[in-house]
Amino acid sequence: MKNFLARRLIFSILSLFFASMAVFGLAHAKEDPINLFIQPGYFVSPETLEVLKEKWGLDKPLALQYLTWAGNMLRGDLGDSVQQQRPVTTVIGEKWGATFQLAIVAWIFGTITGIPLGVVSALQRGKLVDYLARGVALFGQTLPAFWIGLVGIWIFAVYLGWLPVFGRGAGLPFFEQAKHYVLPTLVLGWGPMAGYMRITRSAMLEVLDSEYVKLARAKGVASRSVIWKHAFRNALIQPLTIATLLLAGFMDGAVLVEVIFAWPGVGRVAVEAVNQNDFMLITGTVFIFTFLYLIMSLVADLLYTVADPRIRLS
Amino acid sequence: MNTNIGSPAFEPKPEGTISPLQYPNIVWRFIRRWPVIPVGILSILVLLAVFAQFVAPHDPNAQNLRSNLAHPAWDNDYYENDRVGSKIPERHWLGADLFGRDVFSRVVYGTRVSLGVAIVSMISGTILGAWAGITTGYYGGLFDELMTRFVDVWNALPFLLIALVVSITVGQGVIIMMVLLIMLTWVGLVRNVRAEVLSLKTRDYVAASKVAGASDLRIMYKHIMPGITNLLLVLASLRVGGLILTEASLSFLGVGIPSRIPSWGGMISDGRGTLDEAWWISFFPGLGIFLTVMSMNFLGDWIRDRTDPRLRQLRD
Repeated sequence: MKNFLARRLIFSILSLFFASMAVFGLAHAKEDPINLFIQPGYFVSPETLEVLKEKWGLDKPLALQYLTWAGNMLRGDLGDSVQQQRPVTTVIGEKWGATFQLAIVAWIFGTITGIPLGVVSALQRGKLVDYLARGVALFGQTLPAFWIGLVGIWIFAVYLGWLPVFGRGAGLPFFEQAKHYVLPTLVLGWGPMAGYMRITRSAMLEVLDSEYVKLARAKGVASRSVIWKHAFRNALIQPLTIATLLLAGFMDGAVLVEVIFAWPGVGRVAVEAVNQNDFMLITGTVFIFTFLYLIMSLVADLLYTVADPRIRLS
Repeated sequence: MNTNIGSPAFEPKPEGTISPLQYPNIVWRFIRRWPVIPVGILSILVLLAVFAQFVAPHDPNAQNLRSNLAHPAWDNDYYENDRVGSKIPERHWLGADLFGRDVFSRVVYGTRVSLGVAIVSMISGTILGAWAGITTGYYGGLFDELMTRFVDVWNALPFLLIALVVSITVGQGVIIMMVLLIMLTWVGLVRNVRAEVLSLKTRDYVAASKVAGASDLRIMYKHIMPGITNLLLVLASLRVGGLILTEASLSFLGVGIPSRIPSWGGMISDGRGTLDEAWWISFFPGLGIFLTVMSMNFLGDWIRDRTDPRLRQLRD
C-alpha cells in the first residue's frame, strides 16, 4: 500500500513536470517568447523589458529559461496577466469560488440522479423504465453540452421566461439565486449523470447475476434486502471510483458551460484569455487545472482500494 | 400436418406465405438486427458532404443583408408580409443568419468540414495508435515503458485547455485541429492495442512462425495485426463520435476551425447573440451534430456486438 502510494505520488509529480514542459515548449513555438509577456502594439519601456527578461531568464539558454520559469511556477508565481496587469494567481483566486460551486452542485445532481436511475434501470431491465433511462443517458452522451445549454436558454429563458438567461445572480435572495443554477447544473450534470447511470446499470446487472445473490435469494432473503444489502453495496464500487474523476472532468465541461451562461468562473477567464492573447493567464489556468486533476485521480485510486479490499495493488 | 383440429383458426398456413399482419413485425425485426437507421442517416450526411456544392442552394459565405435573420421557409407569415418596403427575394429553407447567409447551405458545407476532419483524424490516429500499440506490446523494454508513461501523463492533462494554449501559441487552422484530434485518438488506442498484442504474442502460432525464421516485422504485421483489426474497427467507430463533439466544442469556443470556414460548432456560436430572435441559426447545426454522433455510436455498438461481444467494456 505504501509502495503504491509512493509510486502514485511520483507519477503525479512526473505528470506535472511533463505538463510544464509541454506548455513551455508551446510557448517557444512562436518566434520570440518576450511577445508572450507584453501586449503587442503597446509601447513598453526598455526598463520594463529588462525586468521581464531578467525575471523569466529570457536571455539565457533554453534549458536555463525553462528552469527559471519552472522555479517561478513552483514558488507560486504564475506571472502577471498581460491584459489586466495583475498577478495571475489573484485573477484566478477571485474566480475560483464560482467554478467550484457550480461543479459541486452539478456533481451532486449527477450523482443523486444517475445512480438511482442505473439501479432502477437494471432492476426493470427490458421494461419501459429501462428504455426511458437509457434514452436519457443516450442524449446526455450524444448531445453537445453547449447546444443543450443554448436550446435550454431559448426554451426556458427566452420563450417561457421562467429562468434567468445568464450570470450567477450573486447578491440575490436564495430562491432567485437558485434559479440561476438550474440550467448550468442541468447542462453540466447531464453527461456525468449518463456516465453514472450506465456504469451503475452494468455493475448492478453483473452483481445481480452473481452466485452470492442467487444464494441469498435461494436462502429466502427478502427481495428488498437482496437488492439493497447484497447487490447494491457491491455494485456501488464502480460508480464510486469514477465519482472523483468525474468531478475532475467537470473542469473541461466548466469551460463550455461558463462561456454559454456567462458564469463568472475560471473557465470563462481561460477563454477570454485566449481571445485577448493573454498567455500567462491561460498557462496559469492550465497548471491549476492539471494540478487539481492529478490530485483527484490520486484520491480516486485511493478510494478504489478503500472501497474494495479485494484489489491488491502491486 | 395435424388435421385433428377442426377449428379453422388452427388451419396450418401454406409454407412461404406471410400474413400482411406480420409486415410491421418483420420490418421491426430487420431494423433491430441491422443498423438501418444509423447507416441511412450517415450515408445521407456523407452524400451531403461530398456533393455539398450541388446540394447547397447558396454560397455558404455569401452575405445578403436583405435576408438578414430571415425565418425558415415554412414561416409563411414572415415571407408574405411586405416588411418596410423590402421583400426577401427567395425563401431560405432553414432561415438565414445575421449576415443573411443561408443556414441550410452552411449546415451542408459544415457537414463536409466536421465529418472530414473527424474521419481523417480518426483514420490517421488509428494507424498511428495501431503502430504504437503493436511496437510497444511486441518489443517491450524501454520504448514500451516510455510510451506507457507518456500515455498516462497525456491522460492526466485537461485536453480542452491544452487546445486553448495551442491556439494561442501555434495558431488556428484545419490542420492544427486535425493534429490535436489525432493526438487524442492515438493516445486513447495505445493501451487497448498493447494489451491485446501482449496476449497475442504468446500464442503458439507466433512462436511457430518465429521458429520458422520470420522477421519481427513479418510477425507483427502478418500474424499479430489480423488479431487486432476487430478491436481497431470497434474502437475507431465508437470514438469518432467523441471526435466530432470535441471538434465542435473547440470551434464553438472559437479556437478550432477558423470562423471563415463554416463548421457546425462555429455556427452554433454564431447564433448565440441572436438567440432571442433567431433560434434556427444555432439549432440546426446542433441537430446535425446530434444525428451524426448518435448514428456513429449506434453503428459502433452494432459493429462491436457483431464482431466481438467480448469488447463490451470498451465503451467509455
